[in-house]
Amino acid sequence: MRITIVDAERCVGCQLCMFACVRRGGKGGLLDSSILIRSIGGLERGFRVIVCRACPDPPCAKVCPTEALKPKRDGGVKLYPEKCIGCGNCVDGCILNAIFWNHEKNKPVICVYCGYCTKYCPHGVIAFGKTDEGD
Amino acid sequence: MIKHDSLSNVLYIDLSKREFYTKERSDIFDKYLGGSGAAIKLLQEECKTNCDPFSPDNPIIFSVGPITGLFPLASKVVAMFKSPLTFNLGESHAGGRSAIAIRSAGYGAIVIKGESETPIYISVEDNDVHFKDGSALWGMRSTYTVGRVLRQSERGSGTRTIMRIGKAGEKLVRYAGLTTETYRHFGRLGLGAVFGSKKLKALVISGRSSIPVKNSKKYKELYDQIYDDATKSAVMRKYHDIGTAVNVSRLNEISALPTYNLQYSKFDAVDNISGEKLAEEYLGRRIACGHCPVACIHIAALRVPYEDEKYFFKTTMIPYDYELIYALGSMLGIGYPNGLLKIIELVEAYGADAMSTGVCMAYATEMFEKGKISEKDTAGLKPKFGNWNTYMKFLKNMIERKNKFYDALANGVEYASKIYGGKEFALAFGGLEMPGYNTGPGGYVGYLIGARHSHLDNAGYDVDQKHKDLSPDALVGKLIAEEEWRQILSSLVVCFFSRGIYKPEIVQDCLAAAGFDLDKDAQLGVAKEILNEKFKFKYREGFSFDKLRLPERIFKVDTLRGKVKKDYIRKCLAVADNYYKQNKK
Repeated sequence: MRITIVDAERCVGCQLCMFACVRRGGKGGLLDSSILIRSIGGLERGFRVIVCRACPDPPCAKVCPTEALKPKRDGGVKLYPEKCIGCGNCVDGCILNAIFWNHEKNKPVICVYCGYCTKYCPHGVIAFGKTDEGD
Repeated sequence: MIKHDSLSNVLYIDLSKREFYTKERSDIFDKYLGGSGAAIKLLQEECKTNCDPFSPDNPIIFSVGPITGLFPLASKVVAMFKSPLTFNLGESHAGGRSAIAIRSAGYGAIVIKGESETPIYISVEDNDVHFKDGSALWGMRSTYTVGRVLRQSERGSGTRTIMRIGKAGEKLVRYAGLTTETYRHFGRLGLGAVFGSKKLKALVISGRSSIPVKNSKKYKELYDQIYDDATKSAVMRKYHDIGTAVNVSRLNEISALPTYNLQYSKFDAVDNISGEKLAEEYLGRRIACGHCPVACIHIAALRVPYEDEKYFFKTTMIPYDYELIYALGSMLGIGYPNGLLKIIELVEAYGADAMSTGVCMAYATEMFEKGKISEKDTAGLKPKFGNWNTYMKFLKNMIERKNKFYDALANGVEYASKIYGGKEFALAFGGLEMPGYNTGPGGYVGYLIGARHSHLDNAGYDVDQKHKDLSPDALVGKLIAEEEWRQILSSLVVCFFSRGIYKPEIVQDCLAAAGFDLDKDAQLGVAKEILNEKFKFKYREGFSFDKLRLPERIFKVDTLRGKVKKDYIRKCLAVADNYYKQNKK
């Protein structure tokens, strides 16, 4: 399963998905959110939804020197933090910029494909699982 | 509050010394929560008595609240300063990404002191503060351009705020605002001019810290309840659908839409500039403040052909809200939507407060019509209600302080009318140009007795719509009770649109999640105290109810409640005066 971006043009930039991601872990704020909404050059031009797309053959795992990122059977990766040396190759390897970084732990922050964020999108931008439309 | 919550960190930035430091101020946040409450205490500490608002002794305070970043709709920033327009309490609120950015950077408040000798801008990234050369940004024609440059040169896209002033702020236009995220504003009372006086062009803030909560399970349950309310309630739907502009036709219907410098309270061309019309024909995008599902920010897409080349167009995105449509539309008699949008765009580019700008131009128009000023004063322009083309030029002259008359207008309508006359139709209350609610006595008294002379202080327009023929005691009682309660809302920095959601019981639960224990009575106690502290500051800086000027025009125009009597307003002011004087003791 993964997050599908149904229609980024519907995004109003409310950040509710970002807050949901952190709240799932019982906290407020935005630290360690694995989804990011940013404008594509001023709010008036609309937004980009940046989140792991659970690639079937994930490039981030390919560039991990310690196998801390392991591909999952149905796409995406799982992080084994004890193996991670914090080299940041995965961040460079993801052209979607969907791997975020926790500077305190010096480790990547990666979507766990729980779909919690999609429950808090009031405008139908993202959905959990495959849909007929969107990417 | 919860131990180690960064809310109590106050970041002090000294522009004169180019240094910064952080102080732990739980002494303030424990008691006054944040937002307005924390800001007024910090202002009292930092603002030198009777200082010139343009001197380094005037600080700028920004503050957020305990539930910012925890619950939806708590995403306003309260800015406090001494207003260069009223020479008294300056308080202005704005949304955008500003509150989330400040809270995420790890602060409950930011205090900016001193002044820079050369243009500067500041970038705050979590614990770091960078003083950066602002020379390249100073003098730029448009706040849009400043935003574009900073978007590229600064980090933190998606979780940052970019506050900046335009030419109005640089030129110390006394009602210059501070723009944040291009479409939101600390509009009222001249914060932009205070920035300008400090040579501070912009403030960029970003960060991603986490915020602790008391009981995660309860927190999530409460969140879901508020989220449901916010996404399903009718009020929120209204502001999502048509936005605040929905009030244009509504207020026109009830004779409350100031028109032609308040000579009338109904506009014959209202259908051309109504929220419905703009939504149907111009609305290009809706956007939201940080952590708010409503997305009330409405942006028009205006397609304009270039004159020098066929089939060459530009499409500009122009924000509109009720207040802009009133001040730059009906107040100026402009019923042509393209013209209205172009003026809004120019006001945005200059970074002036739309309400004050519109009122100043409306006043000048009537002055010209009545022959109290001539083309000599207006540098050849003939201002006329409805003539938007002339207003575009007029506005430029005003922002650039082109001559003595425009210079006076750049100081506000109160000042201009002192020099040029026309006080009877110079529409300012407490020195602040009027907002767009001509509902009746509640509205007027509300503007006059509100701590910042804003319609949002006490929602007098709402009282007019619900009640009539109230005694002065009853009216003032209602207004003060509302203003007191709003101190809690603005200390939590929740958007006033969500006041129907954030009732005392919910506020109590939200505060509990942030580690505060305040039941309804305790909340009201704090609320009263905050408002009192504001009036202490006002009295300290020379405020007096006796000095409030009443423009004669308001006794001649129709309102929802008919014609208003001067005697009644004076009685109301005496009641308010008495109330605050007793509290002062």
